[in-house]
Parts: sequence; C-alpha cells; structure tokens
Amino acid sequence: MTKIDSKIPQGPLAEKWTNYKAHQKLVNPANKRRLDVIVVGTGLAGASAAASLAEMGFNVLNFCIQDSPRRAHSIAAQGGINAAKNYQNDGDSVYRLFYDTIKGGDYRAREANVYRLAEVSNSIIDQCVAQGVPFAREYGGLLDNRSFGGAQVSRTFYARGQTGQQLLLGAYSALSRQIGLGKVKMYTRHEMLDVVVVDGRARGIIARNLITGKIERFSAHAVVVGTGGYANTFFLSTNAMASNGSAAWQCYKKGAYFSNPCMCQIHPTCIPVHGEFQSKLTLMSESLRNDGRIWVPKKKEDAEAIRAGKLKPTQIKEEDRDYYLERRYPAFGNLVPRDVASRAAKERCDAGFGVGNTGLAVYLDFADAINRLGKNVVEQRYGNLFQMYEKIVNDNPYETPMMIFPALHYTMGGLWVDYELMTSVPGLFAIGEANFSDHGANRLGASALMQGLADGYFVLPYTIQNYLADQIQVPRFSTDLPEFKEAEKHINDRINRLMGIKGKRSVDSIHKELGHIMWDFVGMGRDEAGLKSAIEKLRALKKEFWSNVRIPGAAGDLNVELEKALRLADFIELGELIAHDALDREESCGGHFRIEHQTEEGEALRHDDKFAYVSCWQYQGEDKDPVMLKEQLDYEFIVRQQRNYKN
Amino acid sequence: MDKNINITLKVWRQKGPREKGAFETYKLTDVSQGSSFLEMLDILNEQLINDGKEPVVFDHDCREGICGMCSLYINGHPHGPDTSVTTCQLHMRRFNDGDTITIEPWRSAGFPVIRDLMVDRTAYDKIIQAGGFVSVNTGGIPDANAIPIPKKDADLAMDAAACIGCGACAAACKNGSAMLFVSAKVSQLALLPQGKVEAARRAKAMVAKMDELGFGNCTNTRACEMECPKDISVSNIARLNREFIWAKLKD
Amino acid sequence: MWLLNSSIGKKLIMSISGVFLILFLTFHLCMNIAAVFSESAYNMICAFLGSNWYAVAGTLVLAAGFVIHIVYAIILTLENRKARGNDRYAVNVRPKNVEWSSQNMLVLGFIVLGFLVLHFAQFWYKMMFAELMGHHEVELGGQMVGTTEGATFIKYYFSQIWIVIAYLAWYVALWFHLTHGFWSALQTIGWNNTVWFNRWKVVSDVFATVICLGFAFVTIAFYLKSLCGGACC
Repeated sequence: MTKIDSKIPQGPLAEKWTNYKAHQKLVNPANKRRLDVIVVGTGLAGASAAASLAEMGFNVLNFCIQDSPRRAHSIAAQGGINAAKNYQNDGDSVYRLFYDTIKGGDYRAREANVYRLAEVSNSIIDQCVAQGVPFAREYGGLLDNRSFGGAQVSRTFYARGQTGQQLLLGAYSALSRQIGLGKVKMYTRHEMLDVVVVDGRARGIIARNLITGKIERFSAHAVVVGTGGYANTFFLSTNAMASNGSAAWQCYKKGAYFSNPCMCQIHPTCIPVHGEFQSKLTLMSESLRNDGRIWVPKKKEDAEAIRAGKLKPTQIKEEDRDYYLERRYPAFGNLVPRDVASRAAKERCDAGFGVGNTGLAVYLDFADAINRLGKNVVEQRYGNLFQMYEKIVNDNPYETPMMIFPALHYTMGGLWVDYELMTSVPGLFAIGEANFSDHGANRLGASALMQGLADGYFVLPYTIQNYLADQIQVPRFSTDLPEFKEAEKHINDRINRLMGIKGKRSVDSIHKELGHIMWDFVGMGRDEAGLKSAIEKLRALKKEFWSNVRIPGAAGDLNVELEKALRLADFIELGELIAHDALDREESCGGHFRIEHQTEEGEALRHDDKFAYVSCWQYQGEDKDPVMLKEQLDYEFIVRQQRNYKN
Repeated sequence: MDKNINITLKVWRQKGPREKGAFETYKLTDVSQGSSFLEMLDILNEQLINDGKEPVVFDHDCREGICGMCSLYINGHPHGPDTSVTTCQLHMRRFNDGDTITIEPWRSAGFPVIRDLMVDRTAYDKIIQAGGFVSVNTGGIPDANAIPIPKKDADLAMDAAACIGCGACAAACKNGSAMLFVSAKVSQLALLPQGKVEAARRAKAMVAKMDELGFGNCTNTRACEMECPKDISVSNIARLNREFIWAKLKD
Repeated sequence: MWLLNSSIGKKLIMSISGVFLILFLTFHLCMNIAAVFSESAYNMICAFLGSNWYAVAGTLVLAAGFVIHIVYAIILTLENRKARGNDRYAVNVRPKNVEWSSQNMLVLGFIVLGFLVLHFAQFWYKMMFAELMGHHEVELGGQMVGTTEGATFIKYYFSQIWIVIAYLAWYVALWFHLTHGFWSALQTIGWNNTVWFNRWKVVSDVFATVICLGFAFVTIAFYLKSLCGGACC
C-alpha cells in the first residue's frame, strides 16, 4: 500500500514552520525569471498567490472563469477574518487560535498545518492593512474586533458585513499591480478543463476560452489550483452560481488524491428555501448570532398554526418559546459552532416544530436585542443584513423574527496536500478551499478567509520554491508535446459527446435532481442505507445525464449551457465520491453526521480509535470504485476530547 | 402577499459585438413574485431550451449582490427599478401582472456587447491595473496597529471601497463616464495613510487610463450615484477632481 | 498639456470659464439695477465704459470666455456622445434626484446663446460696437440716440411687450443653466464633500434665483414704467 507522506517537519510544534523556512531550498532571482507558474482561480488564495509569486519574480499565468478576477466568490464572505493578535487583551494567543481551530474541526486536521495557520494569521492582518483594506476601527484609530462562533475571545477582524469583499479587493489590487507590470498574464473567462501531466509532473493545463469556445493549451513549471469548493454539488448552496469542483476533479482524475469529501459544512443561518424555481440560497452572516436568539414554538400545535398562517410568531408567549440552543448548550448558547447549530435546527424541524410555510425554518429573533440595545444599535451592527433579508423575504426583521434554515456553505474536503500544499502529483499544488487541509471536519467562522490568504500570501510562495529549486534547469515546455495533444483531444471528445446527446432535459433540471438526492441522502444526517441508495441513484442519474441532456448552440462558441453541463458531469461523480466517503466514515464528526453514531443527547459521536485519519481517495478509472488510502493523524501535542459546548 | 403574475419580456438579443441586435418578445406565465429577477430569467431560459431555442446570455454569479457580475438595464434603470440593489437582488414583487419588462445590456462604448445581455467590462480592470493599488509587496510590513487611522476616515474609505465594479455608473451616465468607479478607488486609498504616499501618481495614472479607454467626461448629473447599487456618493468624484488637479498643479 | 488633454482638465476649463461668466453676470446685474433707480447713473457707467481700451480689453476677455465655454461644451458633448456607444437605450428614465437641467445643459446653453445674439444686436451692436466704428449716435425706433445713453436703449426695448416676454423666457433658461452650472463648477474644481454637498446646492439655487429675479425685476420695472409713461415714478 502506498505510504502517504505529509512531509511534516520535525521538531516542536511552534518551531516547525520556522525550521522549515530556514532549511527549505530557494530559487535565486535570475532563475525565477525563467520559471512559469500557472495559478487557476483568483479568489483569496489564487489572487494572493499569483500576486506574491509575481512579486518574487516568477512568471505567472492566472486564470478565472468570471469576467474579472475581482468576482471570485471569496468576495461574498461577510463576517470576518480571525487572527491571534490579542489586541483586545482577552487572553488570545497563537496557541489558543490553533487549539480552537483543531477543536472546532473535531480533531480531524493536522496539528502542524493548523499551527502554521495560526502563526501566519497575524501577518495577514498586517498585510491587508498595508494594502489599504478599510477594516473597522475604534475611535482611538486602532482596529476593532468582534466575536464569532466556537471561540471565547474576540479575534475577528471585519469590514462591516463585507470583509470577504474588502480582503479580496486587496488581493485583487496586488494582483492588478502585477498584471500592470507584466509579471502576471491574466486570462479571464477561461475555464480549466484538464491538468497536463508530463513524466509524472504537472506541466500545464487545458482551458476553454468561454467567449470563443476555443480549447487552449498552457504550459508551466508548476500548476497551482485555487478553485474553491464543491458545495454546488447540492445544487442549492450559498456558493456562487458558477462555483464548481471541476478543476479539482480533473486533478483527481489525473492522480491527485481527494481527501475527506464527505466533510461538507452546512451553515445554520441561511434564508430558507421558498420554491422549486429557487436558484441559490443566501447566507445571513453568522455574526447575527451574537445578538439574535434562535427559537421554535414549544407546542406542536403552535408550530402547526404558524405553518398554516393562522398564527404570527409575535403572538407566541415567551414561556411557549423553546430557545433550544440556549437550553442545550448553556455555555456557548447561540454561539455554538456551525455544525452543532445546524443539526439542532434540523432536529427541531424533524420533530415537527419547524416554522415557515414549509416547516423547514426556525426563528432568529432580535426583539431582545432591540429592547436591550435600541433599534439604532442593532441597525448599526446589522443594518445591511436586515435590508438584504427584507429585500428577499419581504418581511421586516425589526418587527417579526427572521426565518432561517441551514444550507450548504463550505466544503472542508478537497485535494489532498502535504505540508508544502503539494498534491500527490508532483508540481501540482492546491490552495484555499480547494485543498482539504486545515479545517478538519468542521470550519469555524472567519477561518476560511484566514486560510485562503495564509496559503496564498505566506505559505505557498515559500513551499513552492522547494519544488521549483530543482526545476531551474528545465527549459520551458512546448504545448505541442503529445501529452498536451492527448489531453486536448480527450476534452474535445468529451465535449462532442455531450453536444451529440441532444436529449430532452436541460442541465439545470438534472442538477436540481442531483441536489435533491444529495440533500436527502448525503445531507445533514446520513445513514448506511441512505448512502447506499444515494450511490445507486447517482449512478442512474449519471446515465440519465449522459443520455438525455440537451445542450443548445455549438461547441466552438460562447455556450453557457455547455459550461454548466461540463461542471454538472463532474458534480455527479463528485457526489458519488462524497457518498462513498460518508459511507466509509462510520462515525460522526463535524460536518459529517452519521445517524447511527450519536450520543444519547444526540451529539456527534467520534470514534478516534478507528477514524483518526484523513481519507485519501484515489481514482481508478471511469465507473470503477475508487480506492481509499489513509493518512493517520497522530496527535503529538494535544489530547483529543469530546467537543463540549455545554459548560 | 406574493402571488403569481404573467409578464411580457422584451429582451435584447445580439449575436456578437459587431453584429446588429434587436429586441425579441417572450411571454412568461405564472411567475411567482417571490422569485428573484434572475430566477425569472432562469425560467425563461428553461422554457427556451425546452423549445429548442438558444437561451438568453447574461452575466451573473454570486446572486447576493456583492460580486458585481450581474448587469442588465431593466425598464430604463441599471439593476432595475428598485434602489440600492443589484439585479440579482431584485425581486419580481416589484412588477405587476400584465407588465411588459424591457431588458437591455449596458450600453457604453467602454463596455462592448459580447452576446445578448453580456458585456465586456475588462476596461474597469485595466483602470485598476493602471494605479488602483498600494505598491506594497507581500511581507516586510509594519504591525497593523502601527498607524492609527481616525474612525471617520476609515468609515469614509469603507463607503468608497464598497464599490463592486459592476459598471452601472457608466451604464447610467448619459456621457458614458466612469468617474464614479474611478473616484471610489482613488478616494478609498487617498483617505488612508497607507495609500496617501502615492495618491498623486495614482490619480493621474487612473484618470489617464480612463480617458484612453474611451469613457466620457463627467458632467455631474448624478445619475451614477442614483443608480449605484452600493450608494457610492459623487462626493468621491469631487475628491478625485481635487486629487487630480492638485497632483497636476504640483508637477 | 493636461488641461487640454485630460477629461478633468477639459472639465476644469468649462467650470473656470463658467465661473468667470457668472461673475460677469453679477456685475452686469449690478449695473442694470442702477438703471432702475437712476438713469443718469446708468448712463454714466455706460459712458465710463464706452469704447475705452480697458472696456474693449474687458470685452475681448469676456468674449474669449464665452467662446471657450461654448467650444468646450461642444467638444465635450461630442466626445460624450461617442462614449455612449452606437446603440441607444430603448427605454430612458431620469433617475430620482437627477435634475432635468443637468442632463440638458447644452440645449439650455444654446437657448441662452440664441437670446444673447438678440441682446447683442439690440444693445452692444448699437452701443460699444457703433462707437468703435466711430459713430456717436445711432438710429433707435426712428430717433437718433447717443451710443452711451444706455437708459434710453433699455426704456425703448422694454416698452415692447414681446421683447419683455422674450427676455423673461431667456432668464428662465438662464436660471436652469445656472442652478446646475454653478454647483457643477464647484464639484469639478473639487470644492465639495458630503457636508458641503447640499449647502452648495442651496447656494447655487439661491444665487441663480437672485440673478434671474434681478434681471427680471429690471425688465419688468422698465416695462411698467413705460406703461405709465414715467409718470408713476
């Protein structure tokens, strides 16, 4: 069996990264000019990596599917970014951030990676401020912080409800500077469809120009994938419409391991689904849980009356309300981590206490906060979110409680990477949400921005040099090599096959069906029978897709339906891998909850003796079951405990 | 209360940048007022695909009003008749049963049509590339709290930084001017000590690039500000003018 | 040269020349007001200005101001039309809070200019220009009048109702042009921020109103005087 080598440096936890940097190989400036790096994606990770690599002197080719690098979905992150600055003097430290992140991830992340993440978190804040990111400040002119789920300190830096936007625009401005200087060649509206491997190393990509439909080849000394997560496998998610898992999936098919695909984060505070035509779900920032109280009616008949429209939530008396998070988790109350809050909402709705016309919603109530702080303060803190809610739902959250329900939001799983962020294919790197690395089984709020920028600004630009240092003698590659030709032919065949089906169903209609299968059987609560039937259903859906999809227009032209079809083909296969992984992991941890494995109180029950590993799935070929390798997670520095948010 | 409505759509269809476009009329029945405008277009496209026709091409991505990808000039307004929202946040309850809705692409020389309602906005990226940044490399920077910034300045900078680069300002402007977009970035960075160092160079470079790309001259009609989904103020344009004129006078 | 090449430079030329013309208007109004209260004083001013070198020089500068303002208005408008692209919007709606005048400054400008030609033919051509040509008397309504007797000119023209109406219409166009122009000039120069935004708006409206009411007052006053044959005041 292949041994998984995560290349974690020796030595005490706090010195690993310092030691690594002191001893890694570097590339001298003259040689950097001769090396090309492809970066796919322009989100927080991609843009910051492309900019930093270009600043160092590498030639960078950067790709994005949108019309501008500034559109990447990192832009939609609302709440904030964590860092261990301890500006609030509330006892925060690098170690505490590391510990909270490991614990929040249900002890399924690597110690060394997470410690490094906590270590560089402070530099990220410095970097962003230097770029002109307008973080919130106190009257004294210093930076302000807020608290977030899963932590007992205030370590979250924020820019109103638009932190992701401001951080991304910071990275985008650094990237733009390098594009202006000619060090980055930017390809917008280009979608990566394959990675090209020459003699066992990643040497380029095949991309489709989305305007002309032309298939184009690009070569480089290394390829970095920063293409985000695969939450859109579930069709309805908080991800952007074009967010997809295809780039990562192609890497998987070319030999990169795919890790922990079943770890999907379901965010507790989203606006509930309201109809079959719905195209996506909108997130309401987790920060709302700082002041909002979550409840459902205590009596079933009240819940039924509300669902029938006969009763208004404001008519339910205080003693008839069940503030179930405060009841179950007195210590953290409404600020429990996302996975816990989501499951608790599902539990109440499944038990028949849900509200809204579908019964799939719970209340997030600000009446107390408004009484305590005044409407003005609430408006200052959450005004933009309330306005957003009102525009969508047509209900005034200052007067009636908001309705929320969990929705797919983030995927902790992704391409397996070692300590250097390199996948199992030499020369192929994965950063940001696209890799599996730092969040374990559950990501804490305000940690995604931290990880994306840590990878892009402060980790990859170092570690990639360790790989590139022995590539300086390698001349630039021709894209006429047989490997490129073959990869291009493979893509063209696939596209022609899709265009030739001329079936009856639109891409979206099949994607919606995929979403239903995923949500019903591979969603918040999973069991063996459901997962097995999901695999059957997904195989059938794959057949249906490949025999009955209808794609109008031509292949060699702008064709949005073809773009969606190519992504959906991969989502269906990805869905199956998620189910396989969920089936294998016979425990509950973080974002993965197996109904068979819970405590008497209904909390997630981990089995550290059997499942303290990272699953690394290896592609075996079309329609063959994948094989799983295990990377054992040996904890040297902390002791695993049952996560406890009760006291 | 939301109900279902029947509507008529007049949609601009154009094969490519150099081809002639024209309006096509479509009818949609039983559209829920609770659906978003783009979901309504999804329904239209589903209908077109089922009829064996080519779907309408339009830009969109995050569908929560922050990425700036969606556009559309709806009934004479960029991002439609609602205020302070993008097209993706516009809901069908803004329309009534029997309404005819006219949907056009951004029309500006700076934003050529790619197809149907999709336009090319790379001009905005080029303006940012000319100077919309602070010239710092990764690493080697002072502590984030080393320079205190008055809350007022930080808030004003954040107001300007809220720009999503959607292009509604240039689309709304009768002069096809990009001044609101340019001024938002110049203002954000000019207000902060980190950006002040190269403020003069930035203002000159960005204005020069904007002029070169063929955007029009601002005549202070304020249409941009009124249609901006993020309520960026034209006082930023005054600041840009100040920065620019001052920079030139100092040369 | 940035003033001529850049968009903001060109706009600056528009605003500076505009402000200059506004100053001239203010001066012109002061003169006219004088005429209402004392015709001899007004005539003294006319005689003082006459065709002296400083008045001629002033006139030339003023003319240059007008020409620059008009030429740049045309250049900017042509550039702006080009920037708009080839296809026009099928549906146009003026957004809330966008003033009609702000989108029609060129049209308003041409209306103002049209009346200006009339005004020149009636006054300047027969006064300063005639004097420059070496005449000291010109024919006005069948009588010979001295070129510096400004008050006589005013009384003659403003006794005719259609001329009065035409001038009043002119002031209305001017008012629209000024309300936007004054504020816009300050915005272009960069003298604006969130606090001064509405203040300047008000100043601009008040100023335009004072100027236009002032001119209208003079016009109407002379018309009323003509009705009562000068006996009533």
